[in-house]
Amino acid sequence: MSFPWAKPYEPTHPLMKWMDEKLPIPRLVYNATGPGYPVPRNLNYFWNFGVLAGAALMIQIITGIVLAMHYAANAGVAFNSVEHIMRDVNAGWFIRYAHMNGASMFFIVVYLHIFRGLYYGSYKAPREMVWLLGVVIFLLMMATAFMGYVLPWGQMSFWGAQVITGFFSAIPLVGEPVRQWLLGGFVPDNATLNRFFSLHYLLPFVILGVIILHIWALHIPGSNNPTGIEVKDEQDTVPFHPYYTAKDGFGLGIFLLVFVALTFFSPNLLGHPDNYIPANSLSTPAHIVPEWYFLPFYAILKAFTFNFLWIDAKLWGVIAMFASIALLFFLPWLDSSPVKSSTYRPLYRIFFWILVVDVFLLGWCGMQPAEQPWVILSQIGAIYYFAHFLVILPIVSRIERPLPMPNSITEAVLAKHAPDTASGPAAA
Amino acid sequence: MVRPLGFLVGLGFITALVLAIFTTPLSNEENVALSFHKHPRHLKLASDGLVPHWDKAQLQRGMQVYKEVCSACHSLNLVAFRNIEDLGYTEGQVKTFAKGFQVPSINPDTGEVATRDGAPSDHFPAPYLNEVAARAANNNALPPDLSLITKAREGGKNYVYSLLTGYQNPPANLPAELRPSTGLHYNPYFANLNLAMAKPLSDNQVTYADGTKASVDQMAKDVSAFLVWTAEPKLVTRVQVGWATFFFLLIFTVLAYLSYRNIWADKKH
Repeated sequence: MSFPWAKPYEPTHPLMKWMDEKLPIPRLVYNATGPGYPVPRNLNYFWNFGVLAGAALMIQIITGIVLAMHYAANAGVAFNSVEHIMRDVNAGWFIRYAHMNGASMFFIVVYLHIFRGLYYGSYKAPREMVWLLGVVIFLLMMATAFMGYVLPWGQMSFWGAQVITGFFSAIPLVGEPVRQWLLGGFVPDNATLNRFFSLHYLLPFVILGVIILHIWALHIPGSNNPTGIEVKDEQDTVPFHPYYTAKDGFGLGIFLLVFVALTFFSPNLLGHPDNYIPANSLSTPAHIVPEWYFLPFYAILKAFTFNFLWIDAKLWGVIAMFASIALLFFLPWLDSSPVKSSTYRPLYRIFFWILVVDVFLLGWCGMQPAEQPWVILSQIGAIYYFAHFLVILPIVSRIERPLPMPNSITEAVLAKHAPDTASGPAAA
Repeated sequence: MVRPLGFLVGLGFITALVLAIFTTPLSNEENVALSFHKHPRHLKLASDGLVPHWDKAQLQRGMQVYKEVCSACHSLNLVAFRNIEDLGYTEGQVKTFAKGFQVPSINPDTGEVATRDGAPSDHFPAPYLNEVAARAANNNALPPDLSLITKAREGGKNYVYSLLTGYQNPPANLPAELRPSTGLHYNPYFANLNLAMAKPLSDNQVTYADGTKASVDQMAKDVSAFLVWTAEPKLVTRVQVGWATFFFLLIFTVLAYLSYRNIWADKKH
C-alpha cells in the first residue's frame, strides 16, 4: 500500500517489461526504496539511522562470511585461528577489525535509531508493528553479538559465556539443566563454541528476514516525521529516490568515516585486553564485563542485591534484565498520548532526556566493579528505568497538555522558513 | 489492561530496588593493596599515534633482549622467524638466525622425537615442553606467552615497561599480609603487588651490537617496543591504509553532501 499519488512503476525497456511480467523485483524495489515510495519532506538526520543499520548489517555479513573461511570453531585452535587471520591472512587484520568494530557501529546506529523512535513517537499507532519487529531485531542482535564475542575464545569470551548462560541457572528447579543443555556441558567448552558458531552464522540471516518484515510494515502507513503529524497530501511528501537516497548517501559517508577512524586508528578501544588471553577455565579474570552495548542491562542485573518476597536477588536481577527489554514490546500501549512528537510534548520531553542520561549512567555503572558508589547509582538508575516506562509514561500521557500543533507537515515546514518566526496558521 | 499491569510490575521492581538500596552497605571494604598500586608510566614509541613507524634499530635491540633474557622462561608462540624480516633483516639473515634455534621434530628414519635446525617458516620455539614443565621450573608460576602481551594487559606497552623497571624494596609501611612471601617479588605495577618473576634485567646484561648503552631502562624500552610489534605486526600498515581509506571516504562524503544539497535545492524542508 502507498499513498495514491505515489509514482507508478512504468517500465519502458522491453527487457524490464518482460521482467515485470515474470518476476516483478524491479517494481518491488521501485516502490520500496525508489521514486514509488513517498516520504515526508521534513525528515531530519535522525531518520538516516535505519538505512545505516542496514548498511552495518551488510558489512557484518560480508566480513563475517570471509572470516568464517579462515576461522576454526574448535576450542583447541579457535584463539590461534583468529591470530592466524590477524597475521597471515591477506588483509585479515582489516577484515577481523572491521567485523569487531562493525558490531559496535551496528549497535551505535541502532541505539540512535531506537531513541529517535522514542523521541518522535514512532512506536505509536499506526506503526506499532514496525516497533514490535524492531524490538525483535534488537533481541536477535543481542544474541548474535553475544555469541560472536565468544568465538575468539579468549578469557572474556569464555567467562562472558559462563556468566550469561549462568543467568538461566537462576530459574528455579529447571535452571541448571537448562543451562547445561544450552552449553552442551557443565562449563563452556567445545560443544558450546561449535553451537555458538553455527547460530552466530545463522542469526544474521534471520535478522535480515525480520528487517524485510520491518520495512514492509513501515511501508503500510509510511514513515513518521519530526512533527509526528500524518501525511495529508502530496505536497507533504517527496519521492524516496532521489531525495532520501541522496541524503542517506551523505549519512553513509559520515558513518563510514567514523567506522574507518575506529577500525584503523583505534581498533581495540571498545574491546577488553583480557580477550587477548586464551580462554582458561581455571583462571577467573578480576572483572568480568560484557561488551559496552550490554552494559546498561548488566547494571540492571547487578542492581538487585536483596532477596525480596520468595525470589532471591539473583533471580530478581535476571528477571529485571529481561523485563527491561521485554517492556519495550508494550510501549505502544503504555503511552496513551495521541501526540507522537516530543516537539509538542513539553512534559514527556523532559522525562525522555532524563531517560537518556539514565541509560548512560547505567552503562557507566555496568563497567564498574561491585563497589559503592556504583551499586547505589545503578540501583537508582534501574529504579528510574522501570519507573520511566511503567509508571511515569502512562501518567504523563494522561495529564500532559500538548503544545499547539500545525495542521500539516507542509505548514510546519513553511512556518520554519517564514521570515518572521510567527507560527500562526499560515495556510500553505 | 497493559497500563495497570505494567504499573504493578514496575512497582514490584522498584520496591525490590528500594529495599536493595537500604540493605546494601554504603561503605566499601577498604582495599589496602590499592593504595600501594601504581599506574603504569607512559612509554613513548615510534609506533604510537596517527603517523606511526617502526624504529627498526630499537626492535632489533628488543628482540636481542627477548632472545637473551626473556626467552629463558617466556615463549613467543605466535611469531615465526620469517616475520622478523619486518625488523629490517634480510632473507639470508633470517635463515641464519633461524638456524641458531633447535625446533622440535621427528627423526625421519625412526619416527622418534628429535630436534632439527630452525627454518624461517618455524615459530620461535618455547622454552618448556609443556605447562607442567614450565610450572615445575618456576615455583608453580606459569610464565605467560609474550606474543600478545602488550594487547593482553591493561596499559599495554606502558605496563610492560613499568613492570620491568618497577622492581623495588617493599615500602616500610606495607602491611605484613601484602609483603612478598618466599619466591615472590615486590612490584607496585603488578595487580597484587607481588609477582613470581624475579627482577629480570640488570645493567649491561646484554651487549648491543649498535653500541647503545644497555641500561635497565633502555632494555625495558626496547623489549616493550619489540613486544608491541609481536602483538600487532600489521600496526603501521593498518594506520597507513586507514589514512588512505579516510581521505577516499572524505572525498566521497563531500561529493555526497553536494549532490544532496543539489537535489534538495528546490525543496523546503
